[in-house]
Amino acid sequence: MTTIVIGGGVVGLSLAYGLLKQGKDVIVLDGEDDDFRASRGNFGLIWIQGKGANAPHYAMWSRRSASVWEGFAKDLFAETGVDVAYQNAGGIDYFTDEDELETQVQSLTKLRGDLGGDYPFEILDHVGLKARVPEIGPKVIGGIYSLMDGHVNPLYLMRALSIAVRQAGGQVKTGARVVDVDAQDRDFTAILADGTKITGDALVLAAGLGATDLSKSLGFAAPIRPQQGQILITEKLPFFLKYPSGTLRQVNEGGVQIGASKAEVGFDDDEDIATSAILAQHAIDIFPHLENVKLVRSWAALRIMSPDGLPIYQRSPRALGASFVTCHSGITLAAAHACLMPDWLLERNNAPDVSAFSESRFHV
Amino acid sequence: MSDLFDIIVIGAGPAGMSAATEASRHGASVCMLDEQQTAGGQIYRNVVHSPAARSRILGADYRAGLLMTQNTNESGVVHRTRATVWKVDKDGSVAFTVDGQAEQIRGRHVILANGAMERSVPIPGWTSPGVMTVGAAQILMKSSGIVPVGAVLVGVGPLLYLVATQLVAAGAPPKALIETQTKSDLIAAMPHFLPALKGWKQLAKGMQMIAALRWAGVPRFKGATEIEITGGASVEGVRFRAQGREKTIHTTTVFLHQGVVPNTQITRSIGLDHEYNTAQHSFAPITDDCGQSSNSVFSIAGDGAGIGGAKDAALSGKISALNALRQIGKITQSTCDGMAKPLLKRRRAELAIRPFLDAAYPPPASVLRPADDTIICRCEDVRAGDIRRYAALGCRGPNQTKAFGRSGMGPCQGRYCGLTVTEILVEETGQRHEKVGSYRIRAPLKPITLKELASLALPQETDKSK
Amino acid sequence: MFKFIDGEDTQTSISFLLEDQKIEATEGMSVAAALLANGITTFRQSAVSNEGRGPFCLMGTCYECVVLIDGVHVQACMTQVRAGLSVDRIPTATTGIEE
Ligand SMILES: Cc1cc2nc3c(=O)[nH]c(=O)nc-3n(C[C@H](O)[C@H](O)[C@H](O)COP(=O)(O)OP(=O)(O)OC[C@H]3O[C@@H](n4cnc5c(N)ncnc54)[C@H](O)[C@@H]3O)c2cc1C
Ligand SMILES: Cc1cc2nc3c(=O)[nH]c(=O)nc-3n(C[C@H](O)[C@H](O)[C@H](O)COP(=O)(O)OP(=O)(O)OC[C@H]3O[C@@H](n4cnc5c(N)ncnc54)[C@H](O)[C@@H]3O)c2cc1C
Ligand code: FES
Repeated sequence: MTTIVIGGGVVGLSLAYGLLKQGKDVIVLDGEDDDFRASRGNFGLIWIQGKGANAPHYAMWSRRSASVWEGFAKDLFAETGVDVAYQNAGGIDYFTDEDELETQVQSLTKLRGDLGGDYPFEILDHVGLKARVPEIGPKVIGGIYSLMDGHVNPLYLMRALSIAVRQAGGQVKTGARVVDVDAQDRDFTAILADGTKITGDALVLAAGLGATDLSKSLGFAAPIRPQQGQILITEKLPFFLKYPSGTLRQVNEGGVQIGASKAEVGFDDDEDIATSAILAQHAIDIFPHLENVKLVRSWAALRIMSPDGLPIYQRSPRALGASFVTCHSGITLAAAHACLMPDWLLERNNAPDVSAFSESRFHV
Repeated sequence: MSDLFDIIVIGAGPAGMSAATEASRHGASVCMLDEQQTAGGQIYRNVVHSPAARSRILGADYRAGLLMTQNTNESGVVHRTRATVWKVDKDGSVAFTVDGQAEQIRGRHVILANGAMERSVPIPGWTSPGVMTVGAAQILMKSSGIVPVGAVLVGVGPLLYLVATQLVAAGAPPKALIETQTKSDLIAAMPHFLPALKGWKQLAKGMQMIAALRWAGVPRFKGATEIEITGGASVEGVRFRAQGREKTIHTTTVFLHQGVVPNTQITRSIGLDHEYNTAQHSFAPITDDCGQSSNSVFSIAGDGAGIGGAKDAALSGKISALNALRQIGKITQSTCDGMAKPLLKRRRAELAIRPFLDAAYPPPASVLRPADDTIICRCEDVRAGDIRRYAALGCRGPNQTKAFGRSGMGPCQGRYCGLTVTEILVEETGQRHEKVGSYRIRAPLKPITLKELASLALPQETDKSK
Repeated sequence: MFKFIDGEDTQTSISFLLEDQKIEATEGMSVAAALLANGITTFRQSAVSNEGRGPFCLMGTCYECVVLIDGVHVQACMTQVRAGLSVDRIPTATTGIEE
């Protein structure tokens, strides 16, 4: 029988890909061209340093994903011919403020302790940083380098997953908005906007911000909200930036991406000058030579945020066989979702323990 | 802080100039922005500085623009030249750049008069250096006083003939015209012929142009298909099929034209409602008779609202000024209606010829839906076949194909591939044009430096971008 | 090939540099027109395919004419010639992947 995956963003497709590898039949139902789609508006980082500062289990889960990312990227390339431009040379966070650097060092040091010491990072002063990244400007007082970080081209990732899922025998229906779900134990019917009914014996709700509308009929609380992030991209430049940072990276096509802001503005994905001007100034502060570089585009996209910012992995309390998956770092976690999560979806004994990410943490 | 105007007009072509002058006449404070060096728009480009000999070659319709630009200069309109608009906000804020300096102003009402651009002509070889648009050939004449020697003009439409005759007059007759218009296009246009007679002056001008080309001995190849630019690193010629025979004409310069389409970058970027015009094979923003768009802050005038030509643009500019004045309370509804009425009547007469022109000069299917190996996105070298492949992977709209293969991500912001991608997706998915939609247009509408953008940061705000 | 319109005044000549090539132009011309008039049709390489590209629309919409002036990528068709102008070709594109 078939597993219905609602949502064809990076989360839904990664899970679908993983399930297909486990021999399951999968149908992915995905919405419209103009839906909110974090998967095509994000920053492409596989970012570890600092993540889960007060939640070591999340830090560990993210690292586990990072550790299987290389193999995941290789598999995708072998199967689809699409190189997702996975890079794992490490990442650098830049600082222009002593106090901020100090605070971050303390936070990382604590996390290193919480994780039993295995948490590599290196603090660099201006001179040390300049030796590694000669383009930094005088305002940069130092940085933190960690070889745990990397990045990919998230759009190529989406294309690779779209091809891989189909090649593995998965069905992907696009323009297929699910308006309702009839949920019985191991018996699900997804009803599409045009009235079509799709049935399966298992269901994964991975519809990003669209999950809210469908969560009731499946018994999920789905306490998620949109959080806006804006990003800039410059014209293509000769390659100069080996290490991505949380706010600056050079993508494989040559453009420099600058991001991302954070704003609680509801379902609004319009970019604005006030925000993008700050991003532009930040880029110039770090790399002064970018001041004369042309900005080609800016955009805003909506993150899918849970109250504590951590992923939600929840089995349906209403119908056996249904699960809810959402996260705000779907690129970082794509490898975990593809390689590790299927065992959890299939309710196997060797599944990773993700109980700390269930919805119960929100109503204690 | 930024300046507030009653009315901002974007574009200083016939539509923008008339709108600005009319609005100013009624006591509104008006700022008109245009990225060109002088007022004039496409038709009257550089008319102010054009030497007498050049103006004579370009013709009476061109010279007519002089009076209009003079009237505008003498009005109280603040005309900012070399002002490239790169962001418009839903509340009427407009950001633009002059000589590398960014500025922001706001209008209580904004009249978008940004005109048209030439339809993209994706045919094999069109990215070779030496291939340009017919409009480009005209711009080189108008602004820079140079003409191509032995050029070949390829395509369809009134502008093709106009520029060909202007080249003849300038002492640089084209080597040939390769025309995609077919007999059946003309037959399809016949039902529109009688109503078009109202525009007999324009029809007569068209006949004169054809006669001038014949007189000059410019060869015309009609019903051409399978058109291809030969050469690689630079143009060597044009190969095509006409009257059942394959033919190659050697040249180093080719000018393409398939009509003009509304430039919808700004209207899309602020989320105005658009509809697809099947006769003009393009999207246009939806407006009422007076140019009012789906957002009360914006009116649209001229070719940017649908192709009507220069005279119609000037009339619609005036009407949209009345609409804008009414919206901001400078004139009453009844004054607006009363003044607009005769103008609307003249517009109807001006537009009488359009259905005939649209039907007689359609872009051929091979241009609308190019063959797989033809580049459609010049900025990112994406081919028509790529879009079809992405459609097979489930992409139903241009924003999905853009994410998959970068079409529309380059500096032109999808101006040249947008309609083509939509058209291919209509063909591949069976959806309607409106349903397929178009690219989500974002700032900057035209690239700006990071320094310019950063200069608009509010001083009291600090870096919270992490 | 391009020539001046018959009867144009080509006396008010100014010159500028494209890399180290001297370009003759007249007042009021765009940089793109001046280069075309001097027989230069290839302005840059496609950042994707590396194939040569030259001006296409001349009206500021296609970005095929981009050149480097004072360290900034500008549209040659929207920039007017000035005496002493120094125009460079933009660096040939490379991809962001370090070799
Ligand atoms: C600005 C920004 C920067 C980011 N940077 C990073 C980063 O650097 N690294 C990182 O790891 N993460 C990053 N993220 C987060 C990451 O992008 C998201 O975690 C991820 O894309 C979420 O994927 P998703 O599939 O859950 O959601 P989406 O991509 O939003 O996909 C949801 C899909 O569900 C479909 N859908 C919705 N409702 C329905 C319905 N009723 N029926 C059928 N289909 C439906 C939609 O059509 C859509 O395709 C960033 C996010 C933003 C916004
Ligand atoms: C290349 C070309 C040549 C043409 N030549 C002729 C001709 O010779 N005869 C004829 O009858 N018709 C011609 N047309 C048709 C033309 O569209 C109309 O005749 C007429 O010019 C339309 O007037 P308008 O005021 O609507 O727009 P336009 O005359 O096009 O004016 C629009 C103005 O807006 C400005 N603009 C657009 N976007 C921005 C921005 N982001 N920032 C700042 N300024 C901006 C442009 O610089 C332009 O000056 C031509 C069209 C094109 C595209
Ligand atoms: S030639 Fe098209 S932008 Fe200059």
